[in-house]
Amino acid sequence: MEFLGLLNYWIIVVLMMTGFYIIIAHNNLVKKIVGLNIFQVSVFVFYITMAKVKGGTAPILAEGIEIYSNPLPHVLILTAIVVGVATTALGLALVVRIHDAYGTIEDDEIEAREKEL
Amino acid sequence: MTVELAILLAVVVPFAGAVLIPLTGAKPNLRETVTLVCAALLFYLVSVIYPTVAAGGVPEVYLFEMLSGLSVFFLVEPLGLIFAGIASFLWIATSVYSIGYMRAHNEENQTRFYAYFAIALGAAMGVAFAGNMLTLFIFYEVLTLSTFPLVAHSGTDEAKRAGRVYLGVLLGTSIGFQLLAIIWTWGLTGTLDFTDGGILAGKADGLTAGILLALYTFGIGKAALMPFHRWLPAAMVAPTPVSALLHAVAVVKAGVFTVVKVVVYIFGIDFLFDIGVSEWLQYMAAATILIASLVAMTKDNLKARLAYSTVSQLSYVILGAMLVTDLGIIGSGMHIAMHAFGKITLFFCAGAFMIAAHKTEISQMRGIGHAMPFTTLAFFIGSLSVIGLPPMGGLWSKWYLALGTLETGKLWLLGVLMISSLLNVAYLLPIPFRGFFSSPEESPPLKSSHNHDSEYDHTHDHDRPKGIKEAPVACLIAIGVTSAGCLVLFFYPDPVYDLMRQIVTP
Amino acid sequence: MATQYPALQVVLALLAAPVCLILRRPNAAWAVATVITWISLALALSLLGRVLETGVILYPMGDWAAPWGIEYQIDTVNAFMLVIVTLIGSVVMPFARASVKAEIEEERIYLFYCMYLLNLAGLLGIAITGDVFNLFVFLEISSLSSYVMISLGRDKRALTAAYRYLVMGTIGATFYIIGVGMMYMTTGSLNMADLAAILPAVADSRTVLVALGFLTVGLSLKLALFPLHLWLPNAYTYAPSAVTVFLAASGTKVAVYAFIRIFFTVFGGVEIFTAGVIPQILALLAALAMIVASTVAVYQTDVKRLLAYSSIAQIGYMVLGISMVTVTGLAGTIVHLFNHAIMKSGLFMAMGCILFKIGAVQLDQFEGLGKRMPVTMAAFVAGGFSLIGVPLTVGFVSKWYLVQAALEKGWWLAVAAILASSLLAVIYIWRVVEVAYFRPPPKGSAEVSEAPLSMLVPLWILIGASYYFGIDATQTLDIAFAAAETLFAPAL
Repeated sequence: MEFLGLLNYWIIVVLMMTGFYIIIAHNNLVKKIVGLNIFQVSVFVFYITMAKVKGGTAPILAEGIEIYSNPLPHVLILTAIVVGVATTALGLALVVRIHDAYGTIEDDEIEAREKEL
Repeated sequence: MTVELAILLAVVVPFAGAVLIPLTGAKPNLRETVTLVCAALLFYLVSVIYPTVAAGGVPEVYLFEMLSGLSVFFLVEPLGLIFAGIASFLWIATSVYSIGYMRAHNEENQTRFYAYFAIALGAAMGVAFAGNMLTLFIFYEVLTLSTFPLVAHSGTDEAKRAGRVYLGVLLGTSIGFQLLAIIWTWGLTGTLDFTDGGILAGKADGLTAGILLALYTFGIGKAALMPFHRWLPAAMVAPTPVSALLHAVAVVKAGVFTVVKVVVYIFGIDFLFDIGVSEWLQYMAAATILIASLVAMTKDNLKARLAYSTVSQLSYVILGAMLVTDLGIIGSGMHIAMHAFGKITLFFCAGAFMIAAHKTEISQMRGIGHAMPFTTLAFFIGSLSVIGLPPMGGLWSKWYLALGTLETGKLWLLGVLMISSLLNVAYLLPIPFRGFFSSPEESPPLKSSHNHDSEYDHTHDHDRPKGIKEAPVACLIAIGVTSAGCLVLFFYPDPVYDLMRQIVTP
Repeated sequence: MATQYPALQVVLALLAAPVCLILRRPNAAWAVATVITWISLALALSLLGRVLETGVILYPMGDWAAPWGIEYQIDTVNAFMLVIVTLIGSVVMPFARASVKAEIEEERIYLFYCMYLLNLAGLLGIAITGDVFNLFVFLEISSLSSYVMISLGRDKRALTAAYRYLVMGTIGATFYIIGVGMMYMTTGSLNMADLAAILPAVADSRTVLVALGFLTVGLSLKLALFPLHLWLPNAYTYAPSAVTVFLAASGTKVAVYAFIRIFFTVFGGVEIFTAGVIPQILALLAALAMIVASTVAVYQTDVKRLLAYSSIAQIGYMVLGISMVTVTGLAGTIVHLFNHAIMKSGLFMAMGCILFKIGAVQLDQFEGLGKRMPVTMAAFVAGGFSLIGVPLTVGFVSKWYLVQAALEKGWWLAVAAILASSLLAVIYIWRVVEVAYFRPPPKGSAEVSEAPLSMLVPLWILIGASYYFGIDATQTLDIAFAAAETLFAPAL
């Protein structure tokens, strides 16, 4: 069936839009980073599900196995995960510094305080 | 001294002077000597180039390649020589005048003044000698930018506002219209070189040529064609030597010179005549002539009146160019020379009235001829030249312009010229007449000046009806030379005529 | 050795970054950063020379052949980009010594140089790589390090600026990676040249169309195309001066390069771009960028912010050239990458000098600055002429070719937009000139006190370059046209 065959894409879209919505709609800076993470996770799912070959096993050479899943997207995603981790770490570090400087991590309060400057 | 070297030096010397002047700024006399030497040297260099061009040569100096396929180079032809000649000669006169004026007025920032003045003259030379439209545009913009500090010299709020109008109109027209026209021409023809017969014939149809001509003419804001003329009255806030040389001679003449050059060497007289797209611009020029003259009559401030007179006179040149007949072109070229001498005399006198008598409004100048006879007489001579009456050189240019209108068969244009001359009489002659034949007691009391001339120094004593002396000697010498020039050009207009004749004869 | 230059170009900076981390002393870190940048410039120039002579240079990383391995492919466009980035870096480094000392706390200066080197490595990597995923990696390296550099600014708003940039930049990079994934799905390759060969066959599928969309939006966020420019004004305004100079001149330019690469090389054989509505949309956004950003610039009171909005307008010029899809338009964009880098870095350097001396860049504190800092203000005015497009400056050259390209296409509104934004530039530059030259210096301010020579010399080198390459533009134009023509030629 069309829907089940495309299930992974539906999940990807839902995750992507959820993450995107959180970034835009929430004021809390940490929550925004969480949203960013969810957004990035959707991309990871995209790549990994793309790599699955029908009837393929894990891409580790073994006797008697003919079909393997595509290893390349897995590798790409490892890289992307690392990038995501670095971004999250940096983002959270910035949130800590912002908290020190402004005393709050709510976006609207920060904006209000910036306007006073 | 080869001709090519003279051309190169003619552009370099003023810029070199601009470097030397700040270095000698601490010693005013030395600094002024630098200016005078540069001006004299410049005139000498132009005179070295004269014989070659008068004989029909077109000496060329290649400089460098700027964009792919477009170089910057100089090519001297007769019209450019006329412009360079009057600009350099009158720079000498203006330098002498400035010395008298700036010192008598105790102006600040004189070093800055002389330095930017030299740069402006260098840019004017660059415009005069430009071999293609790109070179001309470069120096045209340098001229605008280098004259801004001169216009806004006094640094007051009024100077600042005037500076904004000045830059706004000049840069607005040059970037918005002229640059567009230039790039478009380049796209159409693949060249921007000034060529006999023009470069657009066969490359542009009537509509394109019409739009291009309009873009050029309105884009050359220095020609002060209405409605882009506002910068000229605004620039009157500058010290009078600036108004005299730049806004009666160098800047405005660069403008109309460019218009004539574009008409003759980019479009070509025959091409424009055949397609007839210059007609409506004749009407715009005619309208400017009349409207500006009418506005001039309403102005009480002398410099403002002279500014609008200049706007009007510049459109004489534009009209001559847009007639695209032989005599029209000759008339426009001659008017560049004749009007320069006449107008500069008038501005010199206006400045003299200001510093010697502290009078800027015409209504205060009744009877001034008694105290300043020489200046008022010179004003009379200049007026005659601008009006176009013998025995002043202005007669010849108006004569040929009139003949040019007859060549096109448009008698009403002749009428415009006639009416304008009458208006000139109306707004110019009363000044020297009342100067000589009225008595000072009739003048209304001095208003505190919130007029154009913000250089009126309020620390000077306001009421000095008695004890007005003539202008400083340096100013008088300059006035004398330019008035004599008006007279000489009547009896001996041949150099200018012959040069213009060369352009229109194939 | 010379064959290893492509790798060295990126690796040197990458390896030098942890060296800076180990050498904790500010001067030592600065020295390492400067030397590495200069060596990178030499490498870039030699690569450019080789490309101009012999043609495209191919360098498979680790000798793994493309399309399985990551391959560096250097043609005229890349080589030019490498030169631009390293050139600006080389001039900024001497400037940065005094500027960074004044603006960043001493115990963090070595960290700053470490981040700078990572940023440099990232930018050079984006410019040099021939693999789309590799581009993402370097894109993120350069972005993350730039977020850190921006957050080092004195003003606490630098932190929120960096945060906002982080969020928007990561969204952009993630969109890019989605696009890459979709392209991979349909073609099975990540190598640019390979993709260019395979894509035309699969171009009809909606996947490829959506991929193009994601790539466009993702890169547009990175290059701050209106209306995705919201991160730029704050980031440029509150970052330390040396950071603004370097980022303004290199960050967005490299993103524009990536944009060009994707559109003209990867999607070069595909009709979508040339036949569809994308060029028109880009042109419209570009024109809006030019007009709106220039107008907003007029009303700014913070001069750095004014220049930031001016940058957004200039990016509009670049995208306009791309959207024309002609050789002249693309050449205009490429030459403007160079010209704008020199112009803007010079102007921001002047801001750095002013910040160094008077501690602020608010317009009302510029009163009388023409007298107090004549050399710096003269440089600002000279650089401003370039923004306006006065002939003899680089700005004039870029404008000429963009107007010419627009006229060739008959895009009258684009021409009007270009000319109108030049006139708006007159207004906002003149606002600064009027305050600096027409108002007297405030009472009690010092006499002429200029920035130190180590800051003035790089400043005047950049301003001088903006006039040199404006007077004789033939060299940069030849490279730009050669680059544009290779981009229009069929892929290798």
